[in-house]
Amino acid sequence: MADDVKFKVSIDGIPVEVAPGTTILNAARQIGGDIVPPAMCYYSKLEGSGGKCRTCLVKVSKGSEKDPRPMPKLVASCRTTVMDGMEVLNITSPEVVEARKGVVEILLLNHPLDCPICDQAGECKLQDLGYEHGSAATRYEFERRTFEKIDIGDKIQLHMTRCILCYRCVYTADQITNQRVHGVLGRGDASEISTYIEKAIDNDFSGNIIDVCPVGALTDKTFRFKNRVWFTKPVDAHRDCPTCSGKVTLWYKGEEVLRVTARKDVYGEVEEFICNTCRFDKKATVDWVIDGPRHIENTSVISANHYELPAPPPVIKKNLRLQEANKEQLERAVKL
Amino acid sequence: MARKLLLANINVPGINTLEVYRQKGGYRAVEKALKTMTPDEVVEEVKKSGLRGRGGAGFPTGMKWSFLAKPEGVPRYLVCNGDESEPGTFKDRFLMTYIPHALIEGMIVSSYALGAKVSYIYVRGEMMPQIRILEKAIAEAKAAGLLGKNILGTGYDLELYVQPGGGAYICGEETALLESLEGKRGNPRLKPPFPAVSGLYGSPTVVNNVESIAATVPIINDGGEEYAKIGIERSTGTKLISASGNINKPGVYEIELGVPVEEFIYSDEYCGGIANGKRFKAMVAGGSSVPILPANLATKTAKGESRLMTYESLADGGFVSGSSMGSGGFIVFDEDQCIVRNTWNFARFYHHESCGQCSPCREGTGWMEKILHRLEYGHGSFSDMDLLVDVSKKIEGNTICPLGDASAWPVASAIRHFRDEFEWHVSNREESQIRNYGLAHYADPLEPLVQS
Ligand SMILES: Cc1cc2nc3c(=O)[nH]c(=O)nc-3n(C[C@H](O)[C@H](O)[C@H](O)COP(=O)(O)O)c2cc1C
Ligand code: SF4
Ligand code: FES
Repeated sequence: MADDVKFKVSIDGIPVEVAPGTTILNAARQIGGDIVPPAMCYYSKLEGSGGKCRTCLVKVSKGSEKDPRPMPKLVASCRTTVMDGMEVLNITSPEVVEARKGVVEILLLNHPLDCPICDQAGECKLQDLGYEHGSAATRYEFERRTFEKIDIGDKIQLHMTRCILCYRCVYTADQITNQRVHGVLGRGDASEISTYIEKAIDNDFSGNIIDVCPVGALTDKTFRFKNRVWFTKPVDAHRDCPTCSGKVTLWYKGEEVLRVTARKDVYGEVEEFICNTCRFDKKATVDWVIDGPRHIENTSVISANHYELPAPPPVIKKNLRLQEANKEQLERAVKL
Repeated sequence: MARKLLLANINVPGINTLEVYRQKGGYRAVEKALKTMTPDEVVEEVKKSGLRGRGGAGFPTGMKWSFLAKPEGVPRYLVCNGDESEPGTFKDRFLMTYIPHALIEGMIVSSYALGAKVSYIYVRGEMMPQIRILEKAIAEAKAAGLLGKNILGTGYDLELYVQPGGGAYICGEETALLESLEGKRGNPRLKPPFPAVSGLYGSPTVVNNVESIAATVPIINDGGEEYAKIGIERSTGTKLISASGNINKPGVYEIELGVPVEEFIYSDEYCGGIANGKRFKAMVAGGSSVPILPANLATKTAKGESRLMTYESLADGGFVSGSSMGSGGFIVFDEDQCIVRNTWNFARFYHHESCGQCSPCREGTGWMEKILHRLEYGHGSFSDMDLLVDVSKKIEGNTICPLGDASAWPVASAIRHFRDEFEWHVSNREESQIRNYGLAHYADPLEPLVQS
């Protein structure tokens, strides 16, 4: 097939042309906005990921131009590739909305909902998902599953009770090393992420499992309980690192760097994996060349902290009355 | 007496040995296929027979074979699914135990048809005796030149291996089986790609049930058309049914498809009626995953016709009033059995066996089990029934593999047909702990369908 062949697809009635082999989810991401299905397990940088959590289910109302029959079941958009002429319904299908609500309830079934003491709160994909697609109450009246906390090496903590078994960390381990000592033990709702008798994942890139974890199951022990993420300010920075790209986000509280992470996009996916030295050992501003504030979606609680310099549209600069009206916002530039 | 194709010689002493098996006409199909037919002709014959997969889904075997991708220079595999772990189903074990050469012969014929040079029989891990039996039978066949290099001088090579299973029900799902066979954790794969394109070690693979493979032997011996003469409509040939529960003669029976359910339960040729003079309350037709039916819907369809042991008739009425042939695990419940307890028991099984990859099945099966447990032990509430149906709907169709559906159907159907028994467990909490609900109206003649 020639490289320039494009498939015409529509998602919730919005047309888009994508390369053959693109998944429905990635086609939706090319459109962007509300019609992008939420993805809790798929991670574009991790080969083999996806298909497990079922939050990204969509309805294929027309299979393709050649075979217009709809697909009989909802499909996982992260692992279903598009066909030419395919029509997909996401938020416009009541069936999908209902199924997704079910998946959210189910993901939260055994989740401890300990957000007030969880380091992930504020940047937790499960929180966002529950907010956007869940219902306010649960119908589950039984005891929730709990596990003991496990240390994976001295820098990472696994709190299995919060885990949604997305397998992302397992795929990360697969990708960074071919001597994986970490995987899934047990079956069904007794499954757990395990490092085999708490054996540390000894690898320069192990810290990335913290970044790929959509919930607070894997947390950075050097940051534990230090601060709520929405009180910290993300700033992009880089250093000349012999192991990784050295491109990171520093999370400041005042002058102090509390945490270093990889740079994450709107879907919570990192741009590039970073090494453990950058993540855990370089916590002084002098270690880094600052690139500027990291943009965070204004729907995120982190952005409520106004760390970004407002960039007022030119019309405000020209118009005195508009300047008056935006006084507070404009002053924030000075406060930072 | 009905015709027997698989079990005709089951009572012949020594039929488990190659010698006796051959005396009784065994391995004729291998001679015929390898010496007088091309692989495509074998596939054609199986297509003509109308044989449908005996592992549960009932997909036409010949058609499945013709979908197998055949790229140059890539090996193809036949994998026999002997994982048989569905509660109520024990027919494959019977066949492997008492007439192992029927399976070996079928494997040779089928592998030849598919062009496989290496084939595997994946046997449930708990069935160690059967694994030994099969290995012994393979050694016998190999010594007789029926396996290995240049079989019967035809130039066709085939190696056959037995693989003990991983010890989980989910390893019977074909892609989980392939993962397990490759030595990995038995998690079902995401489809597509289907095994016919990318199966074992990424090569095109056919996975077939033990009985499906054994059935190719009479098909080759007598011809597909002859096989198709048995049965009704698209349910051709004979089928092994493992009958259990409150019947006089539990066991494995070979039936001609099309026998009425009523005859199967009551005739002396088969189950011999309900045990201890009790009355018939409910039936699970095809193993724990298929919808349960009350007595009145078991023997008659909602249209008032006699229900037959065929794929079509058992499914007549769809999910509203029908069930499914499934894997032929026929379970009969008498008036003393509690449907709530049974549903809880099935739910407990699926909860225990969920692989845990996808969230609806992993969490939903446990949730259903807990609600059913509380109902059974007199702590339920009237809203639990609707909740169960809703949870089952949240699982059904939204999972990676059909185990999710298999966990949802028995629960949803039990509530559909036996709702008052569930409600009685709530309204009569204490009484429900000391006695069962009984037959109630579940065997009453059906009201004629109102034409709307
Ligand atoms: C959870 C689950 C368990 C299964 N277990 C078995 C089994 O034990 N034996 C079997 O033959 N098929 C089993 N199946 C069906 C197989 O996936 C597959 O459809 C079958 O082996 C195909 O063979 P057939 O076409 O000859 O029926 C199972 C399916 C599921 C979803
Ligand atoms: S449906 Fe259940 S058994 Fe099948 S893949 Fe999902 S969790 Fe595993
Ligand atoms: S993101 Fe598609 S199933 Fe999890």
